[in-house]
Amino acid sequence: MARVIVVTSGKGGVGKTTTSAAIAMGLAKRGHKTAVIDFDVGLRNLDLIMGCERRVVYDFVNVINGEATLNQALIRDKNCNLLYILPASQTRDKDALSQEGVGRILDELKKDFKFIVCDSPAGIEKGAHLAMYFADDAFVVTNPEVSSVRDSDRMLGILSSKSRRAEQNEEPINEFLLLTRYSPERVKLGEMLSVDDVQDILSLHLLGVIPESKSVLNASNSGTPVILDEKSDAGQAYEDIVARYLGEDRPHRFIDDKKGFFRNLFGGK
Amino acid sequence: MSQDSKKNKPPVIALEFKTSSFSVPVLMLATNDLSLLEQQLSEKIKQAPDFFKNSPLVVDLQGINKQGYLVNITELIDVIRKAGLFIVGFRAGNILQNKESLRLGIPVYPAQSREPSIVSKEQSKVEIVSPIETVSPKSEEIKVTIPTTLITQPIRSGQRIYAAGDLVIMAQVSAGAEIIAEGNIHVYSTLRGRALAGVQGNIDARIFCFDLQAELISIAGNYKVSEDLIASARNKPVQIYLQDKALIIKDIVLHH
Repeated sequence: MARVIVVTSGKGGVGKTTTSAAIAMGLAKRGHKTAVIDFDVGLRNLDLIMGCERRVVYDFVNVINGEATLNQALIRDKNCNLLYILPASQTRDKDALSQEGVGRILDELKKDFKFIVCDSPAGIEKGAHLAMYFADDAFVVTNPEVSSVRDSDRMLGILSSKSRRAEQNEEPINEFLLLTRYSPERVKLGEMLSVDDVQDILSLHLLGVIPESKSVLNASNSGTPVILDEKSDAGQAYEDIVARYLGEDRPHRFIDDKKGFFRNLFGGK
Repeated sequence: MSQDSKKNKPPVIALEFKTSSFSVPVLMLATNDLSLLEQQLSEKIKQAPDFFKNSPLVVDLQGINKQGYLVNITELIDVIRKAGLFIVGFRAGNILQNKESLRLGIPVYPAQSREPSIVSKEQSKVEIVSPIETVSPKSEEIKVTIPTTLITQPIRSGQRIYAAGDLVIMAQVSAGAEIIAEGNIHVYSTLRGRALAGVQGNIDARIFCFDLQAELISIAGNYKVSEDLIASARNKPVQIYLQDKALIIKDIVLHH
């Protein structure tokens, strides 16, 4: 049974697209056929992070409007042949998406794919709404600061009341917390909320903590999902997250400031 | 002539008040979208044209008011009259709606407390509950039990819960959330949002919570914002009640 995962946050700039690219790649590398969809119509970015921006012919809106087939629009990833990208349109806006159209495309993808990752735009308006509406699981990406936490809280309220599962009285969406750009040093200095602070406010299942890392920016610039940088701390953090999502029991890392020992042990940069 | 009769005969009784019960359909509004309303209303009427023909009707505004929708009473009346129905009253209106309704010569009735409380997921459709009995003022001593609303999921920022009776929440209430009850409010976790108890004027309503970090607390309209809460009242189990129009925050001492 295919699972639809939405990567969402409410707030912008917290790492939704980085996360979408990383977990989609992680799932595909573990042998699951995965599609990742950019819902940010008008502000398309996923293709850059995935390094396929020069191969975009048709996009999500073309498929919704029946101007192209799904197979024409899906781009196969150059690093993993089980991963496909459905880019957003850059020349349109969010009104080009319709609930009926999105539902139709997801149903079609479900026949062929094991996981469908929906990269939500920021905000709580139409684009974000459609990205989460059909979801089975939600990855709520949060930075350890108050405004991001509050926006995530708002998004969680929307997930539990406005999604298809909520409207049809089905089992609720599984909600997971991903804490990104985490810096144990700054937490220690009191400049950043700790994992416990965030957990206290959101009371949500923590899927993983991604440390603030130069490797994320390097990965974005080079168009390779950071999870492929196996030596980097952020890459390993995402690898853990994918494993935990698939049911593996892995201890949390990158929460405490343990210089040296852990880094040597895991070969992190 | 009438003067004559007054002089000579005992006075003729011209009128008498009696209490009588009628069955009147009640229109429960769930949307303020008048064109949607008009469309669905005419569909309903088509199903039983004889039943609805020139029927009196009470319009219940509770559903839309809970959702915070605004509705123009004059336009609403137009839509309903156009459908061939006669409005004989508005129920559960707010102060402004009642004022407007009385100005147009239509009686107003308070909210019916027997209704089960509706929590967040109201469908946006017109529901015709018919016929239910309108209770005459004299026979109002019927004992009514108002159900308690129980919520086990966290109330997230931006969510709004309204309970016609007591409200019991077994999970946290986030900052930016709003919980409102006509009765008492119990939060068996952290209260960070706004909590308003006794909103229909019940000054005996109380708020209980395990960990007070609220943005605002209010009982029967008497409120305090977070800034007014003294530090010694925060981050612990408390109960809040009204005494001489002043909100009292008192520790709940747990006996082990």
